[in-house]
Amino acid sequence: MSQSIDYSSPPPQSSFSIGKLWTDKKSRGVLIQLLAMIAFCSVVLYLAGNVVENFEKLGKPFGFEFLQQESNYDINQHLIEYNSQSSHARAAVVGILNTLLVAVCGIILATILGFILGVLRLSPNWLVNRLAYCYIEFVRNVPVLVHILLIHGILVHSLPKPKQAINVADSFFLTNRGFYMPQPVTEPLFWAVIAAFAIGVVYAFWYRRTAKTKQALTGEQSPIFWVMLGSIIGLPILVFFLSGMPLSWEQPELKGFNFKGGMALKPEFLSLWLALSLYTAAFIAENVRSGIEAVSHGQTEAALALGLPRKRTMNLVVIPQALRVIIPPLTSQYLNITKNSSLAIAIGYMDIVATIGGITLNQSGREMECMIIVLGLYLSFSLTISFFMNWYNRRISLVER
Amino acid sequence: MKTGTYVPGEHPDLKPPVGQTGVLLWLHKNLFSSPFNIILTLVTAYLLYLMIPPLAGWMFFDSVFVADSRNHCRELGTGACWGFIDKRLGQFTYGFYPLEERWRVNLTFVLFGLALLPVLWDKLPNRKYLLWFSLAFPFIGAWLLLGGFGLVPVETSRFGGFMLTMVIGVTGIVCSLPIGIVLALGRQSNLHIIRWLCTGFIEFIRGVPLITLLFVASTMLNYFLPPGTTFNLLLRVLIMVTLFSSAYIAEVVRGGLQAIPKGQHEAADAMGLKYWASMRLVVLPQALKISIPGIVNTFIGLFKDTTLVIIIGLLDPLGIGRASLSDIKWTGLSTEVYVFIALFFFVCCFSMSRYSIYLEKKLHTGYRED
Repeated sequence: MSQSIDYSSPPPQSSFSIGKLWTDKKSRGVLIQLLAMIAFCSVVLYLAGNVVENFEKLGKPFGFEFLQQESNYDINQHLIEYNSQSSHARAAVVGILNTLLVAVCGIILATILGFILGVLRLSPNWLVNRLAYCYIEFVRNVPVLVHILLIHGILVHSLPKPKQAINVADSFFLTNRGFYMPQPVTEPLFWAVIAAFAIGVVYAFWYRRTAKTKQALTGEQSPIFWVMLGSIIGLPILVFFLSGMPLSWEQPELKGFNFKGGMALKPEFLSLWLALSLYTAAFIAENVRSGIEAVSHGQTEAALALGLPRKRTMNLVVIPQALRVIIPPLTSQYLNITKNSSLAIAIGYMDIVATIGGITLNQSGREMECMIIVLGLYLSFSLTISFFMNWYNRRISLVER
Repeated sequence: MKTGTYVPGEHPDLKPPVGQTGVLLWLHKNLFSSPFNIILTLVTAYLLYLMIPPLAGWMFFDSVFVADSRNHCRELGTGACWGFIDKRLGQFTYGFYPLEERWRVNLTFVLFGLALLPVLWDKLPNRKYLLWFSLAFPFIGAWLLLGGFGLVPVETSRFGGFMLTMVIGVTGIVCSLPIGIVLALGRQSNLHIIRWLCTGFIEFIRGVPLITLLFVASTMLNYFLPPGTTFNLLLRVLIMVTLFSSAYIAEVVRGGLQAIPKGQHEAADAMGLKYWASMRLVVLPQALKISIPGIVNTFIGLFKDTTLVIIIGLLDPLGIGRASLSDIKWTGLSTEVYVFIALFFFVCCFSMSRYSIYLEKKLHTGYRED
């Protein structure tokens, strides 16, 4: 039994109704977005209204002119000229530099330790492998703040006073006031060494490029590693000796109750740096391990079957593929170091949170402005690091056909 | 029979050569397989020999477990002075919770264990009914701890110690999972404005440290409320911690959602399932299964991050520890305090991570390439 349907005419249009706005997928989407927008805007307006009302009630102005006022507080570690007569803005810059210093140092040390630990974790040697496992599991499962306080406590309470400092070769002194070491003092001719270094770096990378092009064209290999090593490290050393060693060392000396001169790493910086590095290294080690494990064994076997020696198998086949897996989580670990450096405030290391978000905030009573600055700075750090890492990640990521 | 010739089928079972079986084989394979390995083993063993005896001595053999003051400790032994922890154990556990009401905290801990059981163990008899108790537990626990309705009310400012850690940790974990899932779905949504709002929120939270958010909660939140309103510091902290970890959960769940093949969505659509039904019945169960390790890692992170509340003046174990270190009688014992707290966190977080590994193995059914 068949019914004839007229396919040529358009389907019957039902008339418009309010209910249809919700049952139709498209209009419902628009409606939901509209509602979300209205809700979001009204919440923002409500909060902003409250803020304005509160500021009026308290008679507080809003603005950043307080940054120009005298700060009236000291910062024990400053990379640029700073004293208590400097402005709040300068204190903020000192704080930012301190944050960046501990973050960069932490990233370097954590990466080195993390890669070593990750490789040890994969070692066929049972003892080494278990030891790395115990370290990683213990460190990962304890809050970083506890690490920081523990190391700070050990440094401050267990190390000797300056008078009984642990003395290494009469130049390095480990005390409960910090770690003292000789400071390099450059003489005018030192610029020649720096120039030689710059030339060496440029030459090394140019050489590597031409060598790779040559290899691609002719198959001829060049001693890239040795040439790069020679021009980056050898050349500056050569110039250094030729120019008559234009560098001297200022030794730290015990004067009164503490050491004077030389370079000093304060216990606050040391404990924050060590704690952040040791903590993050455990996470990086796990990333490295899973990255190396992610490269299937067939890849190694294929490379060996092609006749590549072990070392080149590692360098050309395993590591490039492992890096692809390691880099994205590594980025978030770097971000974590940067963000965790804000815990500095717990031990009195003067980073950005302790200067602008701490003392300046309490002195000036400008909570809103100070927190906006701090949040903005951290956001920009995070976005910058993830931008660079995404760029790098895109560069090395697999090009699929 | 002459030695060396055997009738076919009647070979005697000879023992494998020495070194090819048992302990010796294991030692050879795992510790002494190559010259490099031998050196590595010896160096590591020497390092362990240097480290372990002093550490064990400090922690157990030379340490003092009961003492009245630090000087008393020094007289009794050269190692750690656990007597201090022993004296302050009550404070480390309950904070400043009123002495005569501490049974309520104990009861809450016990009930918490009972509520956790059906959630974690799926072979429990009558699990279905017990899960209702687990659902009700947050309210019962809140009532027990806060008081009211027949119990003596207790100010939240008296909460402290491990109890505070558990309160913040458990509340954060329970609340952040659903919020995180909704945020992840929002970020994957086809509706642009919803997606932008969710992405903006997630990226903002993930871009700043938790401390700054806690600072915002403790110093600035009053500006955003109508003049004259204040609300509880602990509540503000709970909200901030929840929002913070929900952003991280959202990213983990998003990873899981992206790993689900498009065919699953399309199949659900083809079955005529609406958006929420297809998410609830088809997509989310698979996505959540994949993201379990990440979710548990976020929970562990949240639990560890509860220590940050000392910076805005709440007294979690670290806060109690720091406060009690200023006691003249017990000065200079920071290592003992922090090691003790580290052990507590290690036990909690390590068991969480072991459970997640167990769960991952149990649910391992597909969609993972290995």
